[in-house]
Amino acid sequence: MTTPKDTAPVSDAPGSAAAPGEGAARQGEPLLSVRDLQKHFPVTKGLLQRQVGAVKAVDGVTFDVYPGETLGLVGESGCGKTTTGRLITRLLEPTGGSVAFEGRDITHMSQGHLRPLRRDMQMIFQDPYSSLNPRHTVGTIVGAPFRIQGIETEHGVKKAVQEILALVGLNPEHYNRYPHEFSGGQRQRIGIARTLALKPKLIIADEPVSALDVSIQAQVVNLLEDLQNELNLTYVVIAHDLSVVRHISDRVAVMYLGKVVEIADRKSLYGAPMHPYTNALLSAVPIPDPKGRAGRDRIRLTGDVPSPLNPPPACRFHTRCWKAQEVCKQQEPPLVELATGHKVACHFPENAPAQKADAAV
Amino acid sequence: MSVGNGGSAGHLAVRDLSIHFPTDDGLVRAVDGLSFTLERGKTLGIVGESGSGKSVTSLGILGLHKGGHARISGEIWLDGEELVSASADAVRKLRGKKMAMIFQDPLSAMHPYYTVGHQIVEAYRIHNQVSKAAARRHAIDMLGRVGIPEPAQRVDNYPHEFSGGMRQRAMIAMALSCDPELLIADEPTTALDVTVQAQILDLMRDLQREFDSALIIITHDLGVVAELSDDILVMYGGKCIEYGTADDVFYRPEHPYTWGLLGSMPRLDRAPTERLLPIKGSPPSLINVPPGCAFHPRCPYEERTEGRASTEVPGLLETEGGHLVRCHLPREERRAIWENDVKPMLETT
Repeated sequence: MTTPKDTAPVSDAPGSAAAPGEGAARQGEPLLSVRDLQKHFPVTKGLLQRQVGAVKAVDGVTFDVYPGETLGLVGESGCGKTTTGRLITRLLEPTGGSVAFEGRDITHMSQGHLRPLRRDMQMIFQDPYSSLNPRHTVGTIVGAPFRIQGIETEHGVKKAVQEILALVGLNPEHYNRYPHEFSGGQRQRIGIARTLALKPKLIIADEPVSALDVSIQAQVVNLLEDLQNELNLTYVVIAHDLSVVRHISDRVAVMYLGKVVEIADRKSLYGAPMHPYTNALLSAVPIPDPKGRAGRDRIRLTGDVPSPLNPPPACRFHTRCWKAQEVCKQQEPPLVELATGHKVACHFPENAPAQKADAAV
Repeated sequence: MSVGNGGSAGHLAVRDLSIHFPTDDGLVRAVDGLSFTLERGKTLGIVGESGSGKSVTSLGILGLHKGGHARISGEIWLDGEELVSASADAVRKLRGKKMAMIFQDPLSAMHPYYTVGHQIVEAYRIHNQVSKAAARRHAIDMLGRVGIPEPAQRVDNYPHEFSGGMRQRAMIAMALSCDPELLIADEPTTALDVTVQAQILDLMRDLQREFDSALIIITHDLGVVAELSDDILVMYGGKCIEYGTADDVFYRPEHPYTWGLLGSMPRLDRAPTERLLPIKGSPPSLINVPPGCAFHPRCPYEERTEGRASTEVPGLLETEGGHLVRCHLPREERRAIWENDVKPMLETT
């Protein structure tokens, strides 16, 4: 095992300082506040459907999202990032904890009361093939939010829809076409147009580009950024691709087995990651540089992510962690702020401010 | 590219391979005149977006399009044997023995009804006259070599009892069980998490050294290609548009499509860029490949060819020492664009 400090394949050179919104976004009241959010899916057995256990998909997640910023949620499959997204939009009912949107607690709000809020909170789905009704035209799909919310527009729904189609880079004349007539990238644009229809404040994007080809991925990423600047949107982007997340996020939260293990602004997280898991994730990303492969010492994590049905006690990462000590098996590390805006849940964090003073900048 | 006779210049030699599928909507030119060679112990990365023909190529080499509706022409030489004209039976005898494949999704590539060990034993005994007990010992040995803990117990597990990474390891064990000369891995890590992907890439690199097989790795992920490949072949619209060593393609790429791929990709090893530089438009349908250079509708330098891009198919020409590029732009102009326009954009923006 190697020391991760010099293996992290990330160069956060001065270029990143120019990134917009970095640090600056965290002003005023949070748009979204998630506190100790939990979702346990019951596991039942037998004729009586007796509950014999629970999959703790999300188990105590806390974070804030400020207006105008992009928060990236990363982690491997089964870490609970998608469930978190669906809890925030209340597509799933939380088991515990709270979600507050613009200061209002929406954790257990009824669907009827939620409906007006849905205007402000929308979701982009991963698969542009299954998230669009094949029997509806683009006009119907993108116009649906207006009908459902009963919104009158100045020049009629059609005009409004066509404006949105143009905004996301689709031809407004394609209003009457069906989803199958579009390519994958165009379909994802249709999905984005639908979420934008009612000018929401917060968009939860669940793997918005992972089903797309590389060249199309870049188009959609740029589109999301342009729309954010133009419409002052706030994003929560859920993704497994660490390089895409670094590109679009202002702050990033890393999840492991239903918990946030590290959350920080992008520069600190990628430049000076504190949690061993974040280090391992970053060093595992293949780098498109053939010369680099010889010199890199990768942190090799052994084994797979344990089942969330039966997560390891205390620190959930201790079974795969090379720094694990006895205390990691006994005591769960709390998520504490070790540098300004940089929280980590680890007993033995790397790059802690004592060792590296500039990590907090 | 050196193309010799009957595989004398390489263990695998593919020459002018075309695989077309007649459909009700028209002829799908999935692979159109593809040539390359590959030695034992070397790794070729085939990169392309969906619908570029990369997977059809791999299935074509394995002879898995035989007996279907595909129209296959050209030559595939493996260790002195020609496979396109060979009978389906003859190719089947080679498959598994001399050439094997690792698929993207091990859960659907393995039979859920049989234990992992059973499936490896079956593959091994088809090609080797050995007792069941000996084949089982071999299966356990192979599972151990691909890093499965307690192989003597795990050999009797069913695929669903393995995790994703272990399943992919088991599939690699199966593919390597007959010590094939050619191993084709089609998106071997795409379905895996990034930490597990790193394990599998390490494993493939180590095993290739140990078994000294020729490896073709097919992927859309330039990072994966850079990790493993000696040579890289970039496909677009069923054709090879750039071929060269990994260094050629990553440090001196000459095709505008390759530049586009590099610009589309956010990279962790560099300072974050303000914006990605995507390729406009989307990949062509293989039924309706644009005339001339298939890339010309998306190419930012199309107008510099004085209309040739849309009428004339550019040849795959050598630009320097085995580095082949299919582009109408003159070599000097391409190099100037790369050095002055594209490279600086990729590095700073």
